Amino acid sequence: MQPVAITAITATSCLGAGLRATSKALRAQRSGLAPCNFETVQLDTYIGQVPGIDERSLPSEISDYECRNNRLALLGLKQDGFMAATARAVDRYGAERVGVFLGTSTAGMLETEIAFRSLDANGMLPASFRYAGSLDFYSLASFVRKVLSLQGPAAVVSTACSSSAKVFGMARRYMQLGIIDAAVVGGVDSLCLTTMYGFHSLQLTSPVQCRPFDKHRDGISVGEAAAFALLEVMGDSNVPGTLALLGVGETSDAHHISSPHPEGAGARSAMQAALADAGIPASAVDYVNLHGTGTPSNDGAESKAVEGVLGTEVPCSSTKGYTGHTLGAAGALEIAICAIAVSDGFMPSGLNCTLIDPECRINYLRSLGDAGPRVALSNSLGFGGTNCSVVIGRLK
Amino acid sequence: MSGERGRWAAEVAAIGLLGPGLSNWTQGREVLRGSLPYHSQPTAIPTSTALPPAERRRAVRVVNLAMAVGFEATAGQAADLTDLPTVFASSVADTRTCDELLRTLATPERSVSPTRFHNSVHNIAAGYWSIATGDTASYTMVCAHDGSFAAGLIEALSLAATTQKQVMLITYDLDYPSPLREQRPIADAFAVAMLLRPKAAAGAICQLECALGAQLVTKLNRPELESLRLSAPAARCLPVLELMANGREGSVSVEYLDSLSLAVTVKPWV
Repeated sequence: MQPVAITAITATSCLGAGLRATSKALRAQRSGLAPCNFETVQLDTYIGQVPGIDERSLPSEISDYECRNNRLALLGLKQDGFMAATARAVDRYGAERVGVFLGTSTAGMLETEIAFRSLDANGMLPASFRYAGSLDFYSLASFVRKVLSLQGPAAVVSTACSSSAKVFGMARRYMQLGIIDAAVVGGVDSLCLTTMYGFHSLQLTSPVQCRPFDKHRDGISVGEAAAFALLEVMGDSNVPGTLALLGVGETSDAHHISSPHPEGAGARSAMQAALADAGIPASAVDYVNLHGTGTPSNDGAESKAVEGVLGTEVPCSSTKGYTGHTLGAAGALEIAICAIAVSDGFMPSGLNCTLIDPECRINYLRSLGDAGPRVALSNSLGFGGTNCSVVIGRLK
Repeated sequence: MSGERGRWAAEVAAIGLLGPGLSNWTQGREVLRGSLPYHSQPTAIPTSTALPPAERRRAVRVVNLAMAVGFEATAGQAADLTDLPTVFASSVADTRTCDELLRTLATPERSVSPTRFHNSVHNIAAGYWSIATGDTASYTMVCAHDGSFAAGLIEALSLAATTQKQVMLITYDLDYPSPLREQRPIADAFAVAMLLRPKAAAGAICQLECALGAQLVTKLNRPELESLRLSAPAARCLPVLELMANGREGSVSVEYLDSLSLAVTVKPWV
């Protein structure tokens, strides 16, 4: 399928705001995870928290969107010249030809949780609570569309941990059909009690920093992030070296609601579909950013899938030991990390993996890979058996 | 690919419908034609028998709601359910689970049940639909507040056009208990499924053609149906269903985003 250009990309997580801070932490092999001291949460776990989100409230003209998720979105949009790049796309195509497709699994959940602690005598929420600007999942896309003055089609995708990978495929389909010429895609998920206590109830949070692919891995560290990319149609003038979205593969496990297919069947077919879509053989993939959550079942199933499709030689790593699992933002965050790998010429190593699980027969990087990939594949595998593989790279 | 630049089309092979006073498409079609009166009654959501017993017991309203219309639309259709890309479109997750979880998190103990947490995710109905049908094709879940049906229809048509496969669209919304009900007053459960196919084939209900526009949203003439249209985002599709029910060619404008509407043209199969 015709590739589309990635003309701007940015990521903000516990590693810092913007690509530069992210790249620096990845190169230094420095985790952003810290013991949980979030809000009133009493859990023995590590989290990937973005500092300073709550220090500044939103400007008055967008104050109806006040929530941690949208404040994080705004912080993310302000990095790496992303807003200026979007403004150029608007000049080029018109505001109604630029879409907004974003993933989230939390939206303004935190503010709603806090509001439920102060119901009045009649059981009503405080007057300050704004449903449409916070708990409504579309609030994220509505907010970003407003901040960027865009007037094209928009939607939020909420398929748990694959949300912000799937939006890349969605935007590209709309470009292919001529509905839009450009799109802001990405994802924002922020810390809240629902996900932290929820994953804890499933016994899926680790008491230490998550250890993807380690033999003794015992769960995830919840993180938060905002990551965005600007996708644009590519005319006939495909310039070699352009960073592009090359392929997307989407499948379902149809197996179990909260655990992956044990052989990674869905992840396997998603990677195969992404390669077929990109029109490249498995051997063309230089680096794989694994979903690698650090749960025993995910990493085991994913490694079988990778081994089956890409073999045991291709360099792979999970970057969740740096950022935590940023859930609905993970897809876009890790696609941005793949873009860093391509642009800055190195492959991130996996953190906290002291004894690689012998069952995982993949080439798992535990030290920095100093050769930069031309083509990188990112896996996002979610709750509900949803799988999405995205291939990006520089055009030849 | 069907449709020219900026216009996309697909055939509607079958419909499933469930809402207040609407028990299925066969009855709902008569109501929309005006040959049966509309009596508003609380939506009766049947318990789906498609899931294994353990899952069936735990299935929350949103799962049964989506299953009811999904299986109505696929009954008797030549569709391979194990390879059917499906688009779910809704402005909410399971509303009662959301309320229960928020109340639990407001207590000092915060003893969240794992089942309740997994039932709270937006793609819970999608996940269970794929398990019940063995569907390994992709599914997605789109939200656009009151424009969620339009967002879902655009997504489903784009998938049909680019994959050249049949695609299922399942749009639904559920009412919240108080106090979220006062913030987001969805009246009752409402769901519609449309089985779409990219190419014309005998037996289809109609062809749908869509384009983005900025026209005023089409209202329904009968006040009781117009109030139903406004009662849930998923019910914003009623002007389209009314054209289909009447077997008429025509165009309506469906609610989408603040500055955009979705123009939908219906051409009956003759």
